[in-house]
Amino acid sequence: MTKEEIYQLAQDAIEKGDAETAANMARLGLDSGIGGIELIDNGFIPGINKVGDLFGEGQLFLPELIMSANAMQGVIDIINESLEKAGIKQNQGKVVIGTVEGDLHDIGKTIVVSLLKANGFAVKDLGRDVSADRFIKEAEAFGANIIGTSALLTTTMSVQKELEDKLQEKGLRNKYKTIVGGAPVTERWAKRIGADAYASDAADGVRKIKELLQG
Amino acid sequence: MEQFLTRIHRGEILIADGAMGSLLMARAKDLIKGKCPELVNLSRPDILEEVAALYLDAGADIIQTNTFGGSPLKLEDYSLQDNMEEINRTAVNAVRKIVDERGRNAYVSASCGPSGKMLRPYGPIAPDTMYDNFFRQLRVIIDAGADIICIETMTDIQEAVLAVKAAKTISPSIPVMATMTFDLKPRGFFTMMGVSISKAAAELETAGADIIGSNCGNGIENMIKIAHEFKNYSKLPLIIQANAGLPEIIDGKAIYPETPGFMAEKSKELVAAGVSIIGGCCGTTPRHIGAIRSVVRG
Repeated sequence: MTKEEIYQLAQDAIEKGDAETAANMARLGLDSGIGGIELIDNGFIPGINKVGDLFGEGQLFLPELIMSANAMQGVIDIINESLEKAGIKQNQGKVVIGTVEGDLHDIGKTIVVSLLKANGFAVKDLGRDVSADRFIKEAEAFGANIIGTSALLTTTMSVQKELEDKLQEKGLRNKYKTIVGGAPVTERWAKRIGADAYASDAADGVRKIKELLQG
Repeated sequence: MEQFLTRIHRGEILIADGAMGSLLMARAKDLIKGKCPELVNLSRPDILEEVAALYLDAGADIIQTNTFGGSPLKLEDYSLQDNMEEINRTAVNAVRKIVDERGRNAYVSASCGPSGKMLRPYGPIAPDTMYDNFFRQLRVIIDAGADIICIETMTDIQEAVLAVKAAKTISPSIPVMATMTFDLKPRGFFTMMGVSISKAAAELETAGADIIGSNCGNGIENMIKIAHEFKNYSKLPLIIQANAGLPEIIDGKAIYPETPGFMAEKSKELVAAGVSIIGGCCGTTPRHIGAIRSVVRG
């Protein structure tokens, strides 16, 4: 099988949410001498990003996205293991992410976590019901570049503003880039509270975080 | 009191109530902000009575209980699963008390929302566990004397079907309403889990629901389209509970765009589409329900 054929089959497997074929392609790619990062970048990431985009467009739905993200996670584990053996560190940037205090919704946030990991970010998922203080404490401890917050309720969005205020107070505002998301959250809200970016969906979140790290 | 389903089948249009959360928040902010909304049931059932009275006096025929998140799996999020019985029983009793006091021909409708957990293979929950989750909540609710079960805001058809079956197993005669939440996507209306209106209609009907439809979503205009589509796929009576559009946050407050007048005017189109029960969801108030009633029932 040529490199291109492996990339294509890898991409197809992720798009179909076929974990078994995806894992097989990861092993086959590594065995045929393709570098782990090259394999991820050319084969699997185009697949998961396409799934993320189709989800964002409403062409496919949560079940398909979950199956694709699960398949991707299996691939990442296989490839990370091989990279570790070879002593190669793959690191796009470090993100701490969570659903804000008082909010127990975390389906959306979990999808963002899967896509970020799939794209090679080091992600610390703080789960749900996370206070502004804890976001800051964890970001400091993790050495994060990005703090991502999700709010699914109109009553909990205020925690996103509280985080901005507390970062300012502590003189840490310029140390991190912040990104906000969640059903009731808008671009306008992000601007008003002074967040660095707004993500309309999971794939958009990955794009915006890449932009933030470049900019 | 005349039977609920008899009135529906005779062609009467009934009015359901509107949003619960915002009214509770206004009265018990310290108790529930960032916490479980059903906590009100444990310590302030008087607030549940007050809210029920507001909607009843606004003209609602169907008053919902504050039990949306009252299933054991959902209550686990707040470590309140041991209070499951009391939470559900108190909520039914509070609405029952007000409905009986007012002496109107109104009904206690027990709300039953999603478990918040996903079924296999997308999540960890086995179908039996999900069924048991709803069975336990609904047994308390039905024992407490609810008139109707309202399974609502569902996005996974399998979860919704398990809830309907649990209700009908406990009491084959209790009327069960089942509604799902749809978004408009490029290929039409679908739930977050990818369920179309045709699939929802077919499977809810097969499961034994007496009344089907939609709640929440994005405003009443989409709901008119959703109602027409349901009518293409099912002869069952329809319930529609629209929200007042998507909120804007202004000065820390959620402001919903659709006014009582606007929603009332648009409700005429729901009637024309053949909807049997019209109520509200997020952002609707007793004023919305009053306005809808006066337009629909004159």
